[in-house]
Amino acid sequence: MLRILGLVAAAVLWAAQGFAADPIKIGAVVSVSGPASFLGEPEKNTLEMVKEEINAKGGLLGRPVELVLYDDESDVNKAVLAAEKLLKKDGVCAVVGATTSGSTLAIMNKFPAAKVPLVSMSAAEKIVTPVNPFVFKVAPSDRHAAGRILKHVKAQGYKNIAILSVSDGFGQAGREVLKELVPAQGFTLVADEVFGPKDTDMTAQLTKIADAKPDAIICWGTNPGPAVVARNRAQLGMKTPLYMSHGVASKKFIELAGESAEGLMLPAGHLIVASQLPDSQPQKALLMAYTAGYQERFKSPVSTFGGHGWDSLKLLAKAIETAKSDKPEDIRDALEKVAAFPGIGGVFTFTPTDHNGLDENAFEMVVIQGGDWKILQ
Amino acid sequence: MLFGAPQYLVSGLTVGATYGLTALGFTMIYNTTGIINFAQGEFVMLGGMLSVVLLKAGLPLPLAILAAVLCSALAGCLMERAVIRPVGRAAPVNLVIITIGVSILVRGVVMLIWGKDTFALPAFSGAKPLRFLEASVQPQSLWVLAITLLVLGALKLFFSRTIHGKAMLACACERKAAALMGISVERMAMFSFGMSGFLGAVGGAILTPITLTSYDVGVMLGLKGFAACILGGLGNPFGAAAGGLILGVLESFGAGFISSAYKDAFAFIVLLLLLFVKPTGLFGGPKSDRV
Amino acid sequence: MAVSARSLQLAVFAGLLAAAPLALPNDYYINILILCCFNALIVMGLNLLMGYAGQVSLGHAAFFGLAAYTTAFVTATAGLPVWAGVPAGIAVSALVAWLIAVPTLKLQGNYLAMATLGFGIIVSIVFNEAVNITGGPSGFVGIPRLKLLGYAFTSDTAYYYLAAGVLWLATLVSRRIIDSRTGRALRAIHVSEQAAQAMGVDIARHKRFVFVLSAVYAGVAGTLYAHHLTFVAPSSFGFNFSVQLITMVVLGGMASLWGAVAGAFFLTSLPEFLRVFEEMDILIYGAMLVACMMFMPSGLVGGLGKLAAWLKRKLTANPTPGQKPGQKPGLKADSRG
Repeated sequence: MLRILGLVAAAVLWAAQGFAADPIKIGAVVSVSGPASFLGEPEKNTLEMVKEEINAKGGLLGRPVELVLYDDESDVNKAVLAAEKLLKKDGVCAVVGATTSGSTLAIMNKFPAAKVPLVSMSAAEKIVTPVNPFVFKVAPSDRHAAGRILKHVKAQGYKNIAILSVSDGFGQAGREVLKELVPAQGFTLVADEVFGPKDTDMTAQLTKIADAKPDAIICWGTNPGPAVVARNRAQLGMKTPLYMSHGVASKKFIELAGESAEGLMLPAGHLIVASQLPDSQPQKALLMAYTAGYQERFKSPVSTFGGHGWDSLKLLAKAIETAKSDKPEDIRDALEKVAAFPGIGGVFTFTPTDHNGLDENAFEMVVIQGGDWKILQ
Repeated sequence: MLFGAPQYLVSGLTVGATYGLTALGFTMIYNTTGIINFAQGEFVMLGGMLSVVLLKAGLPLPLAILAAVLCSALAGCLMERAVIRPVGRAAPVNLVIITIGVSILVRGVVMLIWGKDTFALPAFSGAKPLRFLEASVQPQSLWVLAITLLVLGALKLFFSRTIHGKAMLACACERKAAALMGISVERMAMFSFGMSGFLGAVGGAILTPITLTSYDVGVMLGLKGFAACILGGLGNPFGAAAGGLILGVLESFGAGFISSAYKDAFAFIVLLLLLFVKPTGLFGGPKSDRV
Repeated sequence: MAVSARSLQLAVFAGLLAAAPLALPNDYYINILILCCFNALIVMGLNLLMGYAGQVSLGHAAFFGLAAYTTAFVTATAGLPVWAGVPAGIAVSALVAWLIAVPTLKLQGNYLAMATLGFGIIVSIVFNEAVNITGGPSGFVGIPRLKLLGYAFTSDTAYYYLAAGVLWLATLVSRRIIDSRTGRALRAIHVSEQAAQAMGVDIARHKRFVFVLSAVYAGVAGTLYAHHLTFVAPSSFGFNFSVQLITMVVLGGMASLWGAVAGAFFLTSLPEFLRVFEEMDILIYGAMLVACMMFMPSGLVGGLGKLAAWLKRKLTANPTPGQKPGQKPGLKADSRG
């Protein structure tokens, strides 16, 4: 009798250890507060939602997933400290983050040394070119967004382009790409203006741009600056077509810019126009489900940025399952072999030379009409 | 070469009015208590944010703004009573750190309650721009300039005609003498915090239709407002308002004629050069400094 | 205070710095200690300027940044060795301070605050916009780790001992300056410029000296910071950081050598302890700032000194010896300097 009891106890203990006591630890560095919190908050929400969803389905490899998430407060130093903590103290098998390009660039060199994979949610090209074997990113590159805009610009027969970008990491990256692509594709860059992330009036810049008589203006920034640009353009009565970047692809932008948002064009991920996609589109079902799930739980609209959270954690989950291991190096190897994986940001195919896995098809050109997005044909 | 100059001027004046109104609040408190209130920008933010929140809660716009302004004035009084009065005659730099702490606290509370989003208010009388010379002007800019002038006029009357105003000026000149004359210096200090909460919030409410608002707009406004005060000469309300307008116009012309990337730097370089030539600001007297 | 007591303080400080890593639960916290040392260095220089000479600076982050970017440029872009970058960084920081010192330090009080603030903002705009040199808002990548005399400081512990050693040396230098003729002149300027001048103190020269000295302290910290993080971005050197530095000076205790160290260690590590409150941390941070200033107007060192005196009175009345455990390094209550 005693022996049976002992066996049962041992079995229970073993099961408990195998399931509950030994979770798969995934780290995250997210800008939940500070200036980049409009990106970080939906990312954090989504990461926790996806984690719970995975655990509700029995976890990975029969073990629960534990998410160790640190807020870097949109500060580079804090991001470095958080990454150190994840690698040295928490011993995670993979890390999601960081939210901003600056923070990712600051932390990414620690990962090859620690031999742990990092999946970044920020856009800068420098993150994946040249390829760092342990660093991946799920946010589409600015080059792809700019390419989509210029394709549309070319189709309209415009020649002279003006650019207006915000003086932060996002704006700088866009500005660099545009300054390279605009002349390379045969356009003339007639004005290159900048505004500060907290500026509240851009009429001076727009007046200067109007003086240069461009055929189209491309504005690169994240809220609220571009909303002010849209309002000022309407105020000045400018008719020059205005293209926005994917940085404003959220309902908040339309709310802030109001009527002056009408007719603006921008490249956007498929998420915001999911209901307008044909049913055959590989992402459609996924996008609809994510939108419904997120809105029900957090009572706020979905954004592309939250989608980065979904993509990064799901890709890691996929890699862990294919590798049948939670050893960091196995996860890295498996990530590099992921192919045709439908996510929120696009359909991912990683290769040893491409750690972003997306192309221009991740974007759809949309126009704002009647306070909503409409796909441009 | 001069293309756009009228537009730059109009843009500069609109932005400058923002700085000027914030600067007025600084002056109000500085004159009565000698404190540089680093939470001044938060009053402006409160004016804008509370208006937005109350409007969303269903109040009509004028009522929402009125309530928001009164709440901010109350917040000003509360701040004086809770953290400034108890420390009494602490060193100025300690008081500055206290106001920095308060600003962090206020920002944090607003962020936790209403989130990190940016919000807009509808313009008071439509958004259809008016043409003036070669410039296009938003009707809201006229509201802002008109209200700024109105506030300035009211302040002038207040300080020269009312007993409260004169009492506050007396505190500014010499606290001890004012107290000996039977003026309650403490009450005047509280009053000045309330008034600068009021002024800041008025600014926040009338500017939000143009500039948008969020929990963290106060930092930049506080900075520029302080710069405007110094530019005009600390302690002079008209200097503060003028300093704000000049700073706004400098930035706007800097962006238009020099480089939009360096427009803030341009404004600050002019400010520094001015200080090197005239160390007490444009309209400041030789002995207006007390720290 | 006798000379031997001061040597004792320095010795205790050295001991605390040396022992600090041993008390850490894991490796990660050593990075916070390193940051604490950098901040303590800057704050010590700033305290000489503010606390002793009475000249406020709201732009000290600029000197920290100038040195960091200079050494980054010299080592990563120009490809020179680190031993060339570090002195170059400190030199640029000192040179800029020397240049702006004369017109700036003629100003008084709030006008001086504005001028230094304006200077800080202009420098941070340059960091942001001179993309070709600084890498712009997204930062400067690829700064080499520190390597001196053939020894590469690859482990964080080694780097900590370097930072702590530099901090200790800086403390020694500060101590010497405070106790010297120059130190007395600086304090005289703080009390009354007219009186100091009447006593024959060359005011302009002394102000410039202490301003440049504080920029050198910030410069040393800046170069060490750049080679530790191997990445710098303009956001680390903005107005917010300047304000934080001032807060550290005042919170630690003006005109107190140990106050500077205490303020820097306390405010740098505080957010780590507030992490458990998650989103509420910012509220608690703000409230603590207000509360500290309200109830400890002379700063941590002054406040703890009072507490120690009070405890001593209690203990002598009621002899039950009890020491408060777990005091942080550098927060020695009775080491007022």
